[in-house]
Amino acid sequence: MTWLLEPLSHAFMVKALLVSALVGGVCGLLSCYMTLKGWALMGDAVSHAVMPGVVVAYALGLPFSLGAFVFGVGSVAAIGFVKQKSRIKEDTVIGLVFTGFFALGLVLVSKVRSNIDLTHILFGNVLGISSSDIQQTLLISALVVGLLLVFRRDLLLFCFDPTHARSIGINTGLLHYMLLSVLSLTAVAGLQTVGVILVVAMLVTPGATAYLLTDRFDRMTLLAIASSVLSSLIGVYVSYWSDSSTAGCIVLVQTGLFLLAFLLAPRYGILSSQRSQAP
Amino acid sequence: MSGRLIPPAGPRIEVEQLCVDYNGTVALYDADLSLPAGCICGLVGMNGAGKTTLFKALTGFVRPSHGRIRINGLTVLAAQRDQAVAYVPQSEGIDCNFPISVWDVVMMGRYGSMNVLRWPRQSDRVAVRDALQRVDLLDLAQRPIGALSGGQRKRAFLARAIAQRASVLLLDEPFNGVDVRTEQLMAQLFLQFRQEGRTILISTHDLGHIRAFCDLVVLINRTVLAYGETSAVFTPENLARTFGGMVPKP
Repeated sequence: MTWLLEPLSHAFMVKALLVSALVGGVCGLLSCYMTLKGWALMGDAVSHAVMPGVVVAYALGLPFSLGAFVFGVGSVAAIGFVKQKSRIKEDTVIGLVFTGFFALGLVLVSKVRSNIDLTHILFGNVLGISSSDIQQTLLISALVVGLLLVFRRDLLLFCFDPTHARSIGINTGLLHYMLLSVLSLTAVAGLQTVGVILVVAMLVTPGATAYLLTDRFDRMTLLAIASSVLSSLIGVYVSYWSDSSTAGCIVLVQTGLFLLAFLLAPRYGILSSQRSQAP
Repeated sequence: MSGRLIPPAGPRIEVEQLCVDYNGTVALYDADLSLPAGCICGLVGMNGAGKTTLFKALTGFVRPSHGRIRINGLTVLAAQRDQAVAYVPQSEGIDCNFPISVWDVVMMGRYGSMNVLRWPRQSDRVAVRDALQRVDLLDLAQRPIGALSGGQRKRAFLARAIAQRASVLLLDEPFNGVDVRTEQLMAQLFLQFRQEGRTILISTHDLGHIRAFCDLVVLINRTVLAYGETSAVFTPENLARTFGGMVPKP
């Protein structure tokens, strides 16, 4: 039992476990919509594009979630604008815009005088998370979960059949931008735990794992949240005992759970006996 | 039946001088159309002739650059809020691996009549059950949508339109890849819909289906070339204008 209880005697470990479990849960919930809408690349783009926003916000003394939000949504607007006004294909535009934003972030970090540690942004710093960061994460999580729960059915319809949504008078444009805003905010929360580079894993892997396990959306959400929270907790423990990167451990456990589902899922696993009956 | 199926004083669908362009490319110009309550109307034209654009304009997906549309005497937006228009997609356009059951798909037809949280009431469940019964899918209600055959999936989307109690049904290539059983069932349903006063607009390439099912026909090639009773409109000259001289064999 010591291996389980000993880390809990450190305040920083308790904080790390709680924050990463919370962020894991929120990302797990959102990841269902990301995988079903086919927005994995968009998640990657937004999570990288928030970086200059974080630096600017720090420099101006604003909450970094505000800067991140502005740049996250800004990157999506830029992607939409370039795509509409040029003949370049969407995936190229996405790759082009987010790396541009990310590069701007790198330059700003090295030039703007601040106490920001680049590695903390890139790879997360959940073991050293401050109280004000925890407050921001709590606020973001409450907002994101609230929106996703209230608009659960509408977002599901928006992912499944936007034409029908539109034809019964649902404002799909609003849903589109709401989902993007939620994505930006969640990317900021995820940035705390696993950093800019690996946050896309938090936004994609739990949803993909759950998608292999069920044909019901409600179950998929619960499974995604469960697998994501579990990965966060196990990841933080493994990182403590093996003295290795926390972000790496969390995402590695997520990938491990995905591989288990990929092999053993009752219907859609590659070793499944029912596989031939799958549609 | 719901109040919105009561025939309006004027036409069910009225399109006047409709123009739609996409960034300067004209997709549809000066299109006029008037369809009464309770009819089955075929929409015929080549690919790129503007069938999809007309559907998009009727569902509010594209904003006309000119002209006006009235559905039950209302603007498109007001008609949408009134749940008057149902779009039945080509099943190929739908992600078959989506984790959703047939029941939940049909329930989506009720969303517009529900509160913000979309919690189904007893009346919504009754509407979904009735709709599934009418398309003969009640026993498959709990299956995932991906486990259905193409024809069954088509029927599920028809059930969604029934559950919505829409007075205008827009069907995109409804006979593509459906089995004989589904085709017969759909033909029966269309006749019932007409009797209930619904207006059904069917886009199709297949002139044989138009002759078999439709009272009215609309010929379209960038604009509405002709519309009216099928026998009157289906003249060799009109068909030649619609298909640019290449009339498909019926």
